[in-house]
Amino acid sequence: MSTRTGPVAVRAGGRPRPRPAARPGPRPWLALPVAAAVLVLSVGVAVTIGPADLALTEVARSLATHLGVGGLLGTEPLSALRDGMVWQLRMPRILTAAAVGAGLALCGAVMQSLTRNPLADPYLLGLSSGASLGAVLVLLAGVPLLLPVAAFAGAVGALALALTLAGALGVVTPTRTVLAGLAISQLCAAAVSFVIFWSATGDAFREVLSWLMGSVASATWTSVVIAAGAVVLLGVPLALSGSVLDAFTFGDTAAGALGMPVNRTRWVLLVGVALLTGALVSQSGSIGFVGLVLPHAVRLLTGARHRLLLPLSALTGASFLVWADTLARTVFEPRELPVGIVTAAIGAPVFAFLLWKGNR
Amino acid sequence: MSAGSSTVQTVPTGYRTHPQDAGPGLTATGVSWGIDGRLVLDGVGLLAPAAGVTGLLGPNGSGKSTLLRVLAGVQQAGGAAGDAARTTFGGADLAALPRRQRARVLALVEQDATTDLPLTVLDAVLLGRIPHRALLAGDSDADRAVARTALATAGAHELADREVGTLSGGERQRVHLARALAQEPRLLLLDEPTNHLDVAAQLGAMRVLRELAADGVTVVTALHDLNLAAATCDHVVLLASGRVVAAGPVADVLVPEVLEPIYGVRVDVLTHPRTGRPVLSFDLTDPPS
Repeated sequence: MSTRTGPVAVRAGGRPRPRPAARPGPRPWLALPVAAAVLVLSVGVAVTIGPADLALTEVARSLATHLGVGGLLGTEPLSALRDGMVWQLRMPRILTAAAVGAGLALCGAVMQSLTRNPLADPYLLGLSSGASLGAVLVLLAGVPLLLPVAAFAGAVGALALALTLAGALGVVTPTRTVLAGLAISQLCAAAVSFVIFWSATGDAFREVLSWLMGSVASATWTSVVIAAGAVVLLGVPLALSGSVLDAFTFGDTAAGALGMPVNRTRWVLLVGVALLTGALVSQSGSIGFVGLVLPHAVRLLTGARHRLLLPLSALTGASFLVWADTLARTVFEPRELPVGIVTAAIGAPVFAFLLWKGNR
Repeated sequence: MSAGSSTVQTVPTGYRTHPQDAGPGLTATGVSWGIDGRLVLDGVGLLAPAAGVTGLLGPNGSGKSTLLRVLAGVQQAGGAAGDAARTTFGGADLAALPRRQRARVLALVEQDATTDLPLTVLDAVLLGRIPHRALLAGDSDADRAVARTALATAGAHELADREVGTLSGGERQRVHLARALAQEPRLLLLDEPTNHLDVAAQLGAMRVLRELAADGVTVVTALHDLNLAAATCDHVVLLASGRVVAAGPVADVLVPEVLEPIYGVRVDVLTHPRTGRPVLSFDLTDPPS
């Protein structure tokens, strides 16, 4: 799609330049299998990258062994060391990154449509600050094992507060949602800062900072089950809500006139997004920019309608975070970066580029 | 405005119903709506004859937009007499219809509905098909055919591939009308569809509404311009401060005795030399001596 697609100024007078808008290509649905194939390949290749080089065939042999089809395919198991590298170290981490990336990009796209705000992201309702508060409290209390639970509880608590605040004012409008989320966000952020300022020292400080920047470095198969499980249970229904979100394109009144129960729909989708985001944050901390930038980039390809945008955002978000995390663990080898730094470093210039192209 | 109308007949579509099927039209009684203790609508009742164009008139803030939203069911009637509100169309209670079914009977064209999203005109019009299909389904070829027919009817055929954000005011208004027509409504509610349009576009928009009425659609449109109403409506309902002060055929309502106290201007009614319809002329009332 080589044509520029942003809105042009027509209010200045004169006839607007007729110009084709963002159109899906002739077979837009082909993008889905392509994106799925890219994701599978990305996961496979990313596993081979790291301090010890592995071949793709070794990854395949390890997978075949663990999936119980090794004998069937006649493949040899790997040595215990190399197999552990594939199956215990890299695979859970990469799959967690994929699930988190998919969920965040999907939630971002849904949030942007629900609030009619191009700057919305999955953390809009104060979720990341709430999760951070929970996480920081248990980290500094010296019980890091409770971290996922505390982060999820913090996220859900922030969600409940934000929705109560938004709903207490009457109908949950986009503006009220944004403002309530902002208020809760700031409140939790202040509490996080206070707790860190008051009690964090040395290593604890470093641990807290690393969590706040977002990371999948400590992911295990449990993380995979939680993150991927949340994506399947909550993300799939969200990804299928395309027509519902389409109805909101011209605002609440238009959605109501198209037969949508406006307030109920917004509640259900907000809670779905928040629970999914909360589950992801509990595993990875809050990773910025994936949920903000990916949906905008995918819209360049799909146009504004949601039926293709949502699943394609999820698939590309997964591939994106797999590669961002691969960079995070390899660029400054043997030191690791929190993946949130990488996504921000890539995301911010991409976002600026999208703005420059005039696509909001 | 009739661009592309020659292709209309070749596309099979259900939304052109015949006048004799139109039923008894839209009735509303006891519609009230208030906010912060102030009644915006106070027991409004109205009758919009089937297959006709009914103009909803009144000064700024008289409650026209609110009434349309309540009639469309996107705003709940309420307030002092809210429980007594009853709206029927074709004899059926509109409030009792399930939402999606109601969206297949009536469509609302809002004032100034906008989006920031990069959406094509055809995609925008296809949104009107949402009430007609399962929520998980995508656009079918039949949906696209109906959308293109709706675009042609609204005189926006050539805009199909443009982006909504690049349209002029008049073009955007035609696209919103097309989106409403894609719902295949038998009752069409419009909120000042001629706002910000030049005179040719205003008349063009009203001609489309007249053609729809001739095809059996019941049209209720809020209008600001009394002369446009006088020239194009069958019936008018005049609102002031949330109450209906007059309703009926154009020649009965658009008369000095009715209009002067409402608008606070002097009104003279002339007769159009060609159409024979009333033409209104306005003067400020003399300052109190």
